[in-house]
Parts: sequence; C-alpha cells; structure tokens
Amino acid sequence: MIINHPLLGPRDSAEFVYLGDANLIERPDPEAETAAREFYEYAYLRDNPAGEHRELWFHEAGDRSWLVVTRNTLTHEISDVQMARDVARSKGRSK
Amino acid sequence: MNQINRLKGGQIDRTQTLNFTFDGKTYQGHSGDTLASALLANGVRLMGRSFKYHRPRGPLTAGSEEPNAMVELRTGARQEPNTRATTAELFEGLSAQSQNRWPSLKFDAMAINDRFSNFLTAGFYYKTFMWPAAFWEKIYEPIIRKAAGLGSLSMQADPDAYDKGFRHCDLLIIGAGPSGLMAALTAGRAGAEVILADEDFAMGGRLNSETFAIDDASADVWVQASIAELAALPNVRLMPRTTVIGAFDHGIYGALERVSDHLAEPAPGKPRQILWRIYAAKTILAAGATERPIAFENNDRPGIMLASAIRSYANRWAATPAQRVAIFTNNDDGHRTAADLHAAGVKIAAVVDTRTDAPRSHGYEVLQGAQVIDSKGRLGLTFAGVKLADGSMRTLECGALGVSGGWNPNVHMTCHQRGRPTWDDSLAAFVPGGALPPGMTVAGAASGNLSTHGALQTGAQAAKAALGLKGRLPKLPSAEDAPVSQTPFWYVEGCSRAWLDQQNDVTVKDVKLSHQEGFRSVEHLKRYTTLGMATDQGKTSNMGGLAIMAELAGKSIPEVGTTIFRPPYTPTAIGAMAGRIKGMDFHPTRLTPSHYWAKERGAVFVEVGNWLRAQWFPIAGETHWRQSVDREVAATRASVGVCDCTTLGKIDVQGTDAAQFLNKIYCNGFAKLAVGKVRYGLMLREDGIAMDDGTAARLEDDHFVVTTTTANAAKVYQHMEFVRQCLFPDMDVQLISTTEAWAQYAVAGPNSRALLQKIVDPEFDLSNEGFPFMACANINVSGGLRARLFRISFSGEMAFEIAVPARYGDALMRKLMTEGEEFNVVPYGTEALGVMRIEKGHAAGNELNGTTSALNLGMGRMVSKAKDSIGSKLSEREGLNETDALNLVGIKPLDAGDKVTAGGHLMNADGPVDAKHDQGYVTSAAFSPSLGSMIGLGFVKNGSDRVGEKMRLVSPVTDLNVDVEIVSAHFVDPEGGRQRA
Repeated sequence: MIINHPLLGPRDSAEFVYLGDANLIERPDPEAETAAREFYEYAYLRDNPAGEHRELWFHEAGDRSWLVVTRNTLTHEISDVQMARDVARSKGRSK
Repeated sequence: MNQINRLKGGQIDRTQTLNFTFDGKTYQGHSGDTLASALLANGVRLMGRSFKYHRPRGPLTAGSEEPNAMVELRTGARQEPNTRATTAELFEGLSAQSQNRWPSLKFDAMAINDRFSNFLTAGFYYKTFMWPAAFWEKIYEPIIRKAAGLGSLSMQADPDAYDKGFRHCDLLIIGAGPSGLMAALTAGRAGAEVILADEDFAMGGRLNSETFAIDDASADVWVQASIAELAALPNVRLMPRTTVIGAFDHGIYGALERVSDHLAEPAPGKPRQILWRIYAAKTILAAGATERPIAFENNDRPGIMLASAIRSYANRWAATPAQRVAIFTNNDDGHRTAADLHAAGVKIAAVVDTRTDAPRSHGYEVLQGAQVIDSKGRLGLTFAGVKLADGSMRTLECGALGVSGGWNPNVHMTCHQRGRPTWDDSLAAFVPGGALPPGMTVAGAASGNLSTHGALQTGAQAAKAALGLKGRLPKLPSAEDAPVSQTPFWYVEGCSRAWLDQQNDVTVKDVKLSHQEGFRSVEHLKRYTTLGMATDQGKTSNMGGLAIMAELAGKSIPEVGTTIFRPPYTPTAIGAMAGRIKGMDFHPTRLTPSHYWAKERGAVFVEVGNWLRAQWFPIAGETHWRQSVDREVAATRASVGVCDCTTLGKIDVQGTDAAQFLNKIYCNGFAKLAVGKVRYGLMLREDGIAMDDGTAARLEDDHFVVTTTTANAAKVYQHMEFVRQCLFPDMDVQLISTTEAWAQYAVAGPNSRALLQKIVDPEFDLSNEGFPFMACANINVSGGLRARLFRISFSGEMAFEIAVPARYGDALMRKLMTEGEEFNVVPYGTEALGVMRIEKGHAAGNELNGTTSALNLGMGRMVSKAKDSIGSKLSEREGLNETDALNLVGIKPLDAGDKVTAGGHLMNADGPVDAKHDQGYVTSAAFSPSLGSMIGLGFVKNGSDRVGEKMRLVSPVTDLNVDVEIVSAHFVDPEGGRQRA
C-alpha cells in the first residue's frame, strides 16, 4: 500500500507501523462521573468495520508522525490521510 | 539417434549445439531450446511420474502452465526440484533428473499405487489414517511424508544471491504477445514510461508459435521490428524472463526476473533472480490464454499433449513429439495444429473432431463427430481408440495426440484483489470481470479477444485509454481475424480414469466421488480432491473440474464459480522472497561503542533485541559460565564492577511542559522532581497493566532524560509520541531518541566513587553530600569531555551510571579498566547484572510480562491518585484489586542445594498439586553467590502477607518438586543502606 503523507507525500506502507482504530485519540475525561465505564469502553471496545475505517499509523521509519488514515478494509483504498495531531486538535484535545 | 524428431525451421540457433544430460544420458540440443523441446527433438516423451499413482508422464504444454514435465535441475548445491522442463532454457552442460520415481523413470516401484487406484481415491488420507490416534506421529505421518512431495532438496545452502528492486512506471504491460507489444508501441511512442514484462525469454507470445502473417511478412518479422523499436525508446524498459507474480494494493506488482537461470551459473557479482516491486500508475494485463484439454480415459500418457503445445514445439522449436500425430478437437484451433504439422512433414494420423460439421482437409483425414475414448502405450502413446460418429470403433496408430478443448483467457491477475471472473457464453470460458485491481485493464486473448487482429486492436485501445491519449488509434498491422466460437466439451461420456489434474492425479471419477460424498462447494472440491493444488495451480485442470461439478449439481458453471486465484502466478523461490535478508543479514546487528573492547576481553555475547550484549567475561581457568558470573558478582559487591548499559533506551524530553508530560506517561508523579534528581518511573498501559519501567533524570527545569528497558525502547518511544501527538497535541514538549548518541556504563560497588573520582574532573563533588543517591548532573571527565552522571543503582550497591558521547565510549571503558586496576575492577555482563537485580528484588522484563499491574509488582501505592496518567483510571478496576491478587515475593529453597527454576508454579505446603490449587509462579531465578543458594522472584496470591510461609515449587514438565520459603524480594541489603552510602 502507499500512504500519502500530508507532509512527505506518497510513502510505502512498509515505513509505517499500524496501531488501529483512530478513536484512540478520543481518550475519555478522567474527571467525568462515568469515567470508569468510558475508560473501559475506550480500552476494550473497537469497531471492526468491513469498509471505511479510520485508523492510526505511525511513520516509524520516517518522520515519526502519527497519521489518521481513512482506509477501506475491503478494498484497501485510502481516501484520506491527516496528521493525527490536527485531528486531535479538531477533537478539542488542545489543553 | 541424434534429434530424430527435429523438424526444419523454428527459432532455434542451429549454429550453437548444446550438450545436456537427462537421467545421466547425454543429448544435444540448440540455443533457443527448452529442456522439453530438446528432449522431444531427441525422441524422449517420458519426463516424469505423477504424484500419487506414479503414472508415466510427458509434457502436456509448452509453457509455465505445465503440470507433468517437472525435473530436478542442476546438481550439488544448485539442485532445484520441480523445475518445469517446458520453461527451462537449455544451456551447455545442463543436467536434469526425473523425480518421484525409484529405481528409474522407466521402472518405478511405486507405480503399484496405480493398481490400487480403487482404494487411493479422493479423500483416501482422510478416510484411512484416522485411528488409532496414537498411530499418527509414529506410523502414519512418517509414511505419508516419505510418499509425499515431488523432487528432493540438495540439503545444502543455496550458493546464489537474490536481490530485490523497486521500479516505477506510468504503464506496466504484463505479457509481450501481440496485444502487449501493440500496447507498448502505442504507449512508448506517446512518451510514457513503460515497463513491458514477459515470463518467456523470447518476447512475442503466441506469435512465436504460429505461422500467421502480419502485414505481408511472417509474424516473426513484425515481432522483431517491434522489439527493436521499443528497445530504442529510452522511456520503455523491456523485461523478458520476468514473471509478474501478483497484483497487490495500490498498483504495486510483484515481478520475478530470472537473471541467470538460463546460465550454468550466475556471472560473477550477478544475482540469480531479482524480485521487483513495480509501482505502476496503470497496468495492462495482456497475459494471453491457455488451451484446455478434453478428458478421456487414459488421457495422461506421454505424447498426449495440448494441440497448441504440439504446434509450439513444431513451429518455434522445430521439434515434434512423434512422426505420426493425431488431433482431438472440438474447435477450429485444433485444425491449425494439424495443418502446421502436415506442412512441416509430420504425418497426421487423423483429426478427430467432435463436431459433425468439422471442416475437411485435402492433406489428411478428418473424422467428423468422433471422439477419442481411450489410449494405449505403457511408457508413451502408441494407439488412440476412436469412437466414430456411427458408433463404430477405430484405432489410430500415433505417437502423439494433440488435444484442444478451446482456450481459457488467463484472468488470474484480474482476481488478485476482489475481481471475480464472469462467464462468456460465446467462448464457454471465464473472462475478466468484477472489480479489477485499480488501474488495470485487460487486452488481447486475456480479455477474450482470441484473434490476432483482436489482440493488436485491444492492445492499442487499452494503452490509449490507460494514458488518456487523444486522437485516433495508430494504424494497426493487418492480421488474421478468424471468428472464434467455442462450445463446451469437457469430457468424453462414460470416462472414469480420465485425468483432470495430471500432477495431483485427480480424475473425473474423483470429482464425481467428491460430489457423491457431499462436497458441493468448489473450495471443498479443491481441498478434498486436491484438484488445482499442484505446482501449476490447476491452470489446465480447474475448468474441467468445475464443469463436471456444475453438471452433477445441475447448475451452470458461473453458478458454481471458480476457486480464488492467489499470487504467485507461478511458483517462486523462497530465496527470491528473502533476497539478501538471510543468515546474519536477517536483521541488523547493533554494536555498542565498547563492543570491540569487550570482544578483546573475550566476552561471550547474547542478542538482546538487535543488540549484542556481553553476557559474561571469562578469564583464564574458568570452564563454566557460572564461575565467571559468580566471580563478577562477588567482585562487584566486594569492590567495583563496570557494566555496559548503552543499550537501554534513552529518550530526551524537552519543553516547558516536559514534567507535565512525564506525569501523564508515568503512573507516579514527576512534576515536583527537583532539578539534579532522578526518579524511578513505572509506565502503565491504558488498561492498567505495566508496560515498562526506567528512570527519568531532570537535568534542567525543562529537560529530562528518560531511560527504557533495552527490549522496549522502540515501543516506548512510539507510545510516548502517541501520547504527545494524539492525546495532548498542544503540550510544549519534544521527544527524541538518543539511545545511540550516548555510551553509558554502570559503575557499581563500594569502590565505585573512588574509581570515578579518578576520572571525573576535580571540580565536581562526588561525595555523598555533594552527589547523593538519585542525584544527576552534567559533568566533565578526563579534562573537559562532557558527560552525564546519574547516581542510580540496579545492583543494590553504591553505583553510578556515567554517559559520554558515543564516540568516547570505547576510550572511557578502557580508562575505567586501567584506573580501576588498584581496586581490582571487573567488567560484568548481563548475567551478573541479572543475578544482582534478582538479589536486590528489582523487577525486570520477566516480571513486567504484560499481565502484571503496579499492585502485582508491589508498587500499587505508586499509582498517583492526585493526577491523571495513562492507565491510572483502569488500575482502579475491581479485577485488578482483589484481595488475593498476586504480589511480587522472593523464593528461597529450604535445602540450599535445591533448584529454583523460572516457570515453576507454587503450591501450598499440603494439598493437591493441580491448576486449581495454583498459588503463583516463579518469574526469575538465579544462583545467588551472596546467599550461596538458588533464589527466585515470583508472584504469589496475597504474597505480601505470606512471607515466611513454606510452599512447594513444582514443575510437571521437569519433574521439579522442591520445598521453598516465601521471603521478601529484597534478598540483599533490604534497607538500602549500601546504595545510599
């Protein structure tokens, strides 16, 4: 596969390490009253869709960016690649 | 008797005669021959034995789809089994042996299997070798293994090199037949970067085997002119002898180039094969078509071949399998073979055509509406039995029979992603369909356009469309455009032992049996009968099997569907997959800066991750590793020892939020750590399980140096970047791995300070007051060389870790040894390091094993409740906080002579020994020179409250059963007085 890195352009997927569901960015608020439940779901429950999936890839043999890659798990078509940091900011994770 | 079946003409170079041997006998062929064509020219039809019944076999085909003519090529270390004689290029001195026969190809003792074929039907193994279960390992498996497999390995290391390479192009064209060549001409003339790959050594595809004209000359003239034009274009790369083996994601193709297989051995410095990874924006599959046989009784005798293969041998290689040949066909293509052979002077016994309206010929007899129903000839065809249209029988004397059941487009590569072929009624064949790999189009016979004109036209069209070229199609050369119509005719009625898959011996009868026994899905049929599971992957046999299955099930062939086509297209050597990555080059070896010093000292090394670390340093007179390790431990605890700890992961953490960041990473607090201090840190996973541990040293307010374990360095760095980028994207913190930048040494023992004082520049105070336990500082050594000093201890002794820029590591180690002579300094390795940490009760990788929490490790109270950190929330889970949770404890044998072994389980002093009564397990064990017995660390249920309790340490695997006592994990200096001295 080829991942179109937002900063570095198209790179072979062999340069990357796969982590999984990009929902890992949305770490629950530990102060929330329901935090125990939310952390359990965050740590253990993942969707495993046959189709479009947003997932985290780490450019380990490159610039060490974490990327959010939108990939179709059936066709391997990659429709979107973003810096995970930008995604995290858009999810309100700035301090 | 030299080359008795050699004809005139062909594309062989008669000026070059090549000597070769087959089963020890010497023959001659010519440059341009394959092993199969040269053997046929020499009158040899018998080339192998089948897998199961050991039936005599000759070549069925003239290409890579060959199921029968498999040989062991070459001798010695270069011997390769299962080489197709039909694709092996002849070279001077070639040596080939037949396989799967004993004692000889003509007399094979295992041919007895053929007599027992009634028992050896589909599913024989499944039905026979079922019980008793105990027979499997000792009796059944060895028998099956001995009988299984074609060919043999040399059992020697492969002397040849294999390479991997990467290529990029606008257009990859797979196959250099008429459509591939025309596509390449169209794209190449337009200036596109083109790669044209073909598995054959001669480009031209089917045109090399035909007598057609293109324009006003023979096809060969057009082929050579086209290749010359393409070769002259700088933007076109021709790759003959290159098989595209698979279509992978995003336009990436695997291609195997056989660089040296046509030579006796590779030229100096050249690889045998190269596995290319081709990145193609667009691809045209022009892989042609494969002729399919018709099944009839005993259709597997040497001499019975595909009609097109006989035509190829005659036209391209000027060889015929016999001087008298019959043809069995259901379509016009079979007549082409008859006409070409007749023109070449070969006697045509008759053309047997299933159609009642088959075309007549002036040159030879055509039997309309007839069928070949049986054959004779033990080691080669002698007679074909024909049932005529009126039902009467006739026997044809012939040494070869060309069979043509029509052509199947080579759709394989279109299905390597999600494509499934669709059925074309007019061709009675599958054609490319469904979702092709992105960027791929199909041209020529592979797309179902079986005429030469159709191939040229679709090739040009495909190239134009793929590149988005404007304007009209280039002028196409004129070529035959005979209408092609194929009607299905898969097998002769009433046949039973009629072969579909010749290599794996799957007959029509087997397919019927599997249907009868309830295997109704094609995938089940394949696995039960092994149809299509041989080295040829059923290229000539799958369709026949499908058709029979469809008929039995009362379904149409498209309803039954095909099995899934998977890469590689043809068998590919594992060596090519590995490339240069073998032996010591399988992964990189990382050496610390003082590695060569350690080697000089005679260190014994161990691989940790990719690092080589010194395990121990034997000295004269030591014959057992334990002597070295015990001495190193004793000397360190008595005076001073030095250990290379460069391999520990080192991560530089800088920024105004660095302390805040470490507060998230570690479960314990770091915000209040003073500058100049080090703290132990435990890192949890988000699920509350320990991930790694290490130290964080605060060198400046906004600058920490974090260490990780050697094994987890990369993983921890990745995790920290995840937390930084994905969870807290706006913290002001930067990370960089500095593992390789600093050489670091632990200097441990009561004289460690005295030794370091001789090296550290005098302005730095190393006294206990000036530089107490857990202090850190930037210092200078040896008169101004910058260094870092940490007062941390893994051994439990007074200890320091000193780091210098990596290039000074070797010099520092040598200096520590020289300056330490007066203290009898010893270098110690990972074994002594391990012994001392077990004596001290420090957890390491064995304890941080992915199942243990902070509580288990005796560090439950370290998990700060005052702040949020990764894993803190789920550490509070009920399941991780049960009253009988495992706790880290020490284990000591009651009898000092007894063994303690890691992996052993702890049971109560009395009661049953079983999993239900398991109390815990030992994670680390070592002989402790300090205590004079073996000791262990381990986890015991509610262990903190069970110190002093007697238990049994058992291991059913090693018959261990030892009485032990649960003690504190801190065997040596539990109060920690030494490290604070």
